[in-house]
Amino acid sequence: MSLLIERAGALASLQDGGRMGVRHLGVTQGGPVDWISHGWANWLLGNPVQAATVEITLGNFSIRAETDTCLAICGADLGAALDDEAIAPGRSFEVRKGQLLAFAHPKRGVRAYLAAPGGFQATPVLGSYATVRREQLGGLAGDGQALAEGDRLHWLGGVSAAPRELPVQTVTPLSSPTLAVVLGAQIGDFSGQSLFDAFNSDWTVDQRADRMGVRLLGPTLHSTRSSMISEGVPLGAIQVPADGQPIILLNDRQTIGGYPRLGALTPAAVAQLGQCLPGTSLRLKPISLEAAQRAHRELLAQWR
Amino acid sequence: MKPRIEVVGVDSLLLRLFDQIDEDNMPWMLAASQRVRETFGAALVDLVPSYTTLLVHYDLTQLDDLQARQHLHQALAGLQPAAAETARQHEIPVWYDASVGPELRALGKRSGLGVAGVIEQHSAHIYQVFALGFAPGFAFLGLVDERLASPRLATPRKQVPAGSLGIADRQTAIYPLVSPGGWNLIGRSPVRLFDRELDGYSLWQPGDRVRFVPIERAEFVRLGGDDSPFEETTA
Repeated sequence: MSLLIERAGALASLQDGGRMGVRHLGVTQGGPVDWISHGWANWLLGNPVQAATVEITLGNFSIRAETDTCLAICGADLGAALDDEAIAPGRSFEVRKGQLLAFAHPKRGVRAYLAAPGGFQATPVLGSYATVRREQLGGLAGDGQALAEGDRLHWLGGVSAAPRELPVQTVTPLSSPTLAVVLGAQIGDFSGQSLFDAFNSDWTVDQRADRMGVRLLGPTLHSTRSSMISEGVPLGAIQVPADGQPIILLNDRQTIGGYPRLGALTPAAVAQLGQCLPGTSLRLKPISLEAAQRAHRELLAQWR
Repeated sequence: MKPRIEVVGVDSLLLRLFDQIDEDNMPWMLAASQRVRETFGAALVDLVPSYTTLLVHYDLTQLDDLQARQHLHQALAGLQPAAAETARQHEIPVWYDASVGPELRALGKRSGLGVAGVIEQHSAHIYQVFALGFAPGFAFLGLVDERLASPRLATPRKQVPAGSLGIADRQTAIYPLVSPGGWNLIGRSPVRLFDRELDGYSLWQPGDRVRFVPIERAEFVRLGGDDSPFEETTA
């Protein structure tokens, strides 16, 4: 039961639900940026939604089946093809021994998630397979390395792999998304003009975007504080350094930080941001905490 | 202490206990961390203590915002500072030497203490772990004697060897892994601070107390330290 990686061009890494409960040791959470697509890829195979998948960023990745099996892909359309047959994201499919599954380049979105029956297997580190290169934690060998040519992926198996169809359209990478923001208490440190600008301007996703964070380009935001005593920062936090251009912190962020923050994206908005290529135009929109909590619970309930 | 609860995300609250960094805060921070863990139990996803605050990430499928706030109020009710004896103590051997601490001589000169004086001052104080962050097992320790306070390097180094002991402002820390870094390096420790092979092993946690013990090169090597001289890597 294995898949052989024949090409790993950009960035492909094993991710599971994330490394939780260890942030007090300075260890970040990791995990899939588009956690919704990751969850649906698992759901398609009847896996636990936190099971390990391969997060394929921008394509240029191919694997050869060394066993007959069933796989699933969700998230970005990276031009995947099984031998010559195109495979659209959002479905599971049978694979026969010897067939090649190749991801070309982004047609829509940034990150595709590949799931196998029962979830991929690796050496767990602090209870998780999530790969965090900067921390040298997780992944196939536990040392934080991304997947490389010649690596073999194994999976747990043991689930009924009868192909399932997605009940709803899941995360569709949008061309100009609006991302919901839960406002933080430090909002009062920003000028009225900056708050107006933050939520009434188009923001552009910068080239400086990775699993730690995504920079946005747009109007300059001013906070009355330039820096603060470092404090814990949540997933999706929108921090504003001295240059006034926000950075949205993602899964591999440092656990504490000392920049003023507007608030944090909702988890669904983080997933959507994870599918935005540099140059994408987006907007930020405040949402009440109550509505954000309700929406998040509803999302999670779909998998029960 | 005038605790405030702030919303920081859909499933995270920040408990702000103090406004200034102070070693006297730590017994309170430690006690509050323990109480928050007990009160939230299985509904706690992560707790991130840092200097003056606790970030509380809770499980939204078990609690809503109101219940999480009630838990925090309950955790703080009748809070007493943790007794000093409850904090774990560490003695960390350090080889203070210019060959592995490229800023040691300049700091001796600038502080007027000389190299020996810097070593004496730095190893005389019992530091507290204010927070872990930046990297797994990287502990922000303080507070360093004002005479030793040093601003971060204008240009961070691309590569700092594992075990390097540094100073930034009035804080001191050891780099657990080789990593980029902008702290002023004054020595190296042979002690393993974080070990993924031991699944989650971290030598220290927020609230622990730390004293540095100067050792000679031979002892450093005997304890498993790598004594290769520090070399600047160029971009």
